[in-house]
Amino acid sequence: MSDVKSTLRQFIVENFLFGDDDGFEDDTSFLEQGIIDSTGMLELITFLEEEFSLQLDDEELIPENLDSLNNLEAFLAKKQAVQQPQ
Amino acid sequence: MQKLPKNALQIDPKHETERIVTAMRAAMKNDLKRRGLVVALSGGIDSSVTAVLAVKALGPGRVFGLEMPERQSASETLSLSGMVARHFGIQTAHEDISGILEAYGFYRRYDAAVQSVIPEYGEGWKSKIVSSDIMETRGFSFFSIVAQPPKGEPVKKRLPLNAYLEIVAATNFKQRTRKTLEYYHADRLNYAVSGTPNRLEYELGFFVKLGDGAADIKPIAHLYKTQVYQLAEYLDVPAEIRKRPPTTDTYSMPQGQDEFYFALPYDRMDLCLYGKNNGYTPAQVAESVSLTPEQARRVYADIDTKKSTTRYLHLSPQLVEKIAEIKN
Repeated sequence: MSDVKSTLRQFIVENFLFGDDDGFEDDTSFLEQGIIDSTGMLELITFLEEEFSLQLDDEELIPENLDSLNNLEAFLAKKQAVQQPQ
Repeated sequence: MQKLPKNALQIDPKHETERIVTAMRAAMKNDLKRRGLVVALSGGIDSSVTAVLAVKALGPGRVFGLEMPERQSASETLSLSGMVARHFGIQTAHEDISGILEAYGFYRRYDAAVQSVIPEYGEGWKSKIVSSDIMETRGFSFFSIVAQPPKGEPVKKRLPLNAYLEIVAATNFKQRTRKTLEYYHADRLNYAVSGTPNRLEYELGFFVKLGDGAADIKPIAHLYKTQVYQLAEYLDVPAEIRKRPPTTDTYSMPQGQDEFYFALPYDRMDLCLYGKNNGYTPAQVAESVSLTPEQARRVYADIDTKKSTTRYLHLSPQLVEKIAEIKN
């Protein structure tokens, strides 16, 4: 597991699941499984912006980017590649 | 199943009135065992209809109306709530809650939260919260603050977590302060408190826990807003109230319920919720509410999200084990 994904998983499990990660997979939808609601999504965005020093635009706030560990990891990789071109 | 009829929410208002007042009398006699009802009057359609139903059920002498404006209330609130009280012979008390809100630090806390996002916000500005339009965006819905300076164009900023939570927490003082006063008057009169939510508000969780969500009886919680209007007409609620657009009367800028909470104006939101509750697919509802099937699907998804997010508002305190001796 990448460092980024591990950091994200730890945040989700500790903050939203109170440490109980039973049934929480990398492709689990946060919304469909009732793990994160709309206020929780704000918490997640705040975490992403602070932890990874990012600024998220309104149009990026979509399920394809944010609604599972896999989606988050892919989105962050894309976002960080744009911010720090090699 | 065929498409949802546009008149699906048509009720027989006479029959429905009789059904509600019978249930209200039974609840007072069998369960609540109080001598009358306190109803907070906002000048809106729901509280007006609730007050009239209480008068029909118990008589005007057993209904006590409360008008509780504060300095940010819409100017027409008092004249409309007073009109209802006079029209139906209800005794009322006037409680301006601005002083209580000041003591709670509401105005200071609210302004500080807005200033954390819009630093120039201050004296003479007005503001409100709006949600993103689920019809326009394919993402999550988020809240923004709209602030209007005394002169100039409104400013709109998406709210980060802390500012959003602080603004909601502060404005909830209003609903909870009003409920405290409702129970003060109910206690001194040996009355119960009637809540005024309609079906949209009740089912989709548009209320403040221990604020406007607190009550001993909620006589119109089963009625879609369209049906509340039908009852209002039958019950002779003054036309000025029936024609007033629904407002939250919570923020200093006028705020329609559909720009803060509901995805659509109430009449179309009603039909979507009714359709969803009665087994219609989004495609079967879409045409009746002038939406595309995809838009109707988004409204259905939004309903699921709201119900799931606000489920805790309906829950009683969670116990480790059920106390069998307490009967609800």
